Amino acid sequence: MTDTFRTTNRDDILAAETSEGAQELKRRQETNKVELGREAGAVLRIDGLTLDPDQVDYERRDDETMIINMGPSHPSTHGVLRLMLELDGEFVLRTKPVIGYLHTGMEKTGEQLSYVQGGTNVTRMDYLSPITNELVFSLAVEQLVGIEVPDRAVWIRMMMNELNRISSHLVWMATNGMDLGSTSMMIYGLRERELILAFYEKTAGLRMNLNYVRPGGVAADLPDGWQDDIAVICDTIDARTYEYDQLLTGQPIFRERMLGVASITAEEALALGVTGPLLRSTGVAWDLRRTMPYLAYDQVDFDVIVGTYGDNFDRYSIRLNEIRESIRIVRQCLEKMPAGDYRSQDPKVTPPPRQRIGESMEALIHHFKLFTEGFHVPEGEVYVGVESPRGEIGCYIVSDGGPKPYRMHVRAPSFVNLQAIPLLMRGGSISDAITVISTVDPVMGEVDR
Amino acid sequence: MTLPANAPENVISAEGLNTSVVCFPTISQYYDLVAAFKADGYEMIVDLCGVDYLEHANRSVPEGIVATRFEVVVNLLSLSKKTRARIRLQAGTEHPSVPSLFDLYPGTEALERETFDMFGILFENHPDLTRILMPEDWEGHPLRKDFSVGRVPVQFKETPAPR
Repeated sequence: MTDTFRTTNRDDILAAETSEGAQELKRRQETNKVELGREAGAVLRIDGLTLDPDQVDYERRDDETMIINMGPSHPSTHGVLRLMLELDGEFVLRTKPVIGYLHTGMEKTGEQLSYVQGGTNVTRMDYLSPITNELVFSLAVEQLVGIEVPDRAVWIRMMMNELNRISSHLVWMATNGMDLGSTSMMIYGLRERELILAFYEKTAGLRMNLNYVRPGGVAADLPDGWQDDIAVICDTIDARTYEYDQLLTGQPIFRERMLGVASITAEEALALGVTGPLLRSTGVAWDLRRTMPYLAYDQVDFDVIVGTYGDNFDRYSIRLNEIRESIRIVRQCLEKMPAGDYRSQDPKVTPPPRQRIGESMEALIHHFKLFTEGFHVPEGEVYVGVESPRGEIGCYIVSDGGPKPYRMHVRAPSFVNLQAIPLLMRGGSISDAITVISTVDPVMGEVDR
Repeated sequence: MTLPANAPENVISAEGLNTSVVCFPTISQYYDLVAAFKADGYEMIVDLCGVDYLEHANRSVPEGIVATRFEVVVNLLSLSKKTRARIRLQAGTEHPSVPSLFDLYPGTEALERETFDMFGILFENHPDLTRILMPEDWEGHPLRKDFSVGRVPVQFKETPAPR
């Protein structure tokens, strides 16, 4: 009857079980001046934005401050983000994110899967915007192979991508509301998202992780009567965004938590490589849909929402208004949706229709080759970036001429945006730290991959 | 095919898919080349990753480039010119070690740590080169081609013995 977990040195066992070694935040005595300066915000060390290391109170004694651990299983960390905070009373002096708790080696897995199967892998990275992940992977493969995608497929992709942006931002509105204590917002956000997920299910058969966008086009045509569904989704969510306005935007407690809290400047954001709503909140009008158009974004009318102060409230307003802009794009897709094929008719990348397999030997061979070996992609390498709800998601693929990617790397926006957290939290109170995690909006599936 | 104005001499460059230029600097030219790109209006490094070419050693590279096993690939983005540029650095075969870009672009901190974690490529003068995704006591670098797939059981600490 030996119970190892009830011995006297339980603390030691616990520490050994949970230690991440050098990845953790070190105690003040054990760090040097330069390191303290870096942890206070790496960006502040570069020229022009210099933080004088002397401003960091590195001689402070350890008993004046306290290192506490937040996460990895803390409800406000949106997954398994672990933050080590050094606190002076209520205020945050240093922060270090410790990540990797959801690492499942998806880039390694991507090297084992053929280009046909690859979509099922990448779609699970950013689980709140699966379409964007599939899209960037498919675009990269199509660039390497040189496939022309039919017009209708392009517009279906664009419409689904924007629906995805709406659903992702709705989840953000919901979780952000919950972090700030507005539980009704959480229920509303998830309720509206349900409309979009139901449409996904009708179209692709799945609510999340659809594998709907594939190299060469999309997996299935839009279902009969899709126009009515989209019209209902657009009208409902558009009207509801004004209810969110009433619930949150003018609400004094909410404004107090958001306005002027955790601001970042454009120079800092650019130096840190931050993209998406976080960058646009600083006033930089950088949206790949507008600045480097892909799909048919140059043929639709929409506004790029920018902020001024780079604070929490700007990031909130940007996301709320991006929902409205996405609805505008979806409505234009509804009007302009061209007729035609929903996927390329190149037999190399597209399986033949079911009944052709019984009639044609050639179709049978194509079908067999596609689902056993997959298609071969010419040797080369390409990087493609698209605008995900969280920033620029990029896919770098190296092909050695075979049916599987030699190397598949995904540039995850949340992974890079996470670097802004120590800077945003510095000097704020611990309750503001919650809003910082929330408005940076990391999705841990994508951070850890 | 536009290299920045004050780029180091004799940098070999080529055309690439979806990018304005692909540069192949040597390790000694690398830092200066990135600095030249930065001065030329490339405000952001969007991506930095490694590639292990162990099983694809005879890849096509421009003439004059000695292809090594490891490559560090840097994707730059210019917001003002709306262009991308790519740098493919031959990082070495035995003990890959390249300069860190942290002083130029602090945003590469996590990306370089990830590349170190996954490939074991060392970045000189990186402020905190520790593992980022894998556990601290993990042996090996999982994205190397000689790291096998599915052979290593997931190592939970203090796992109870099978019943």
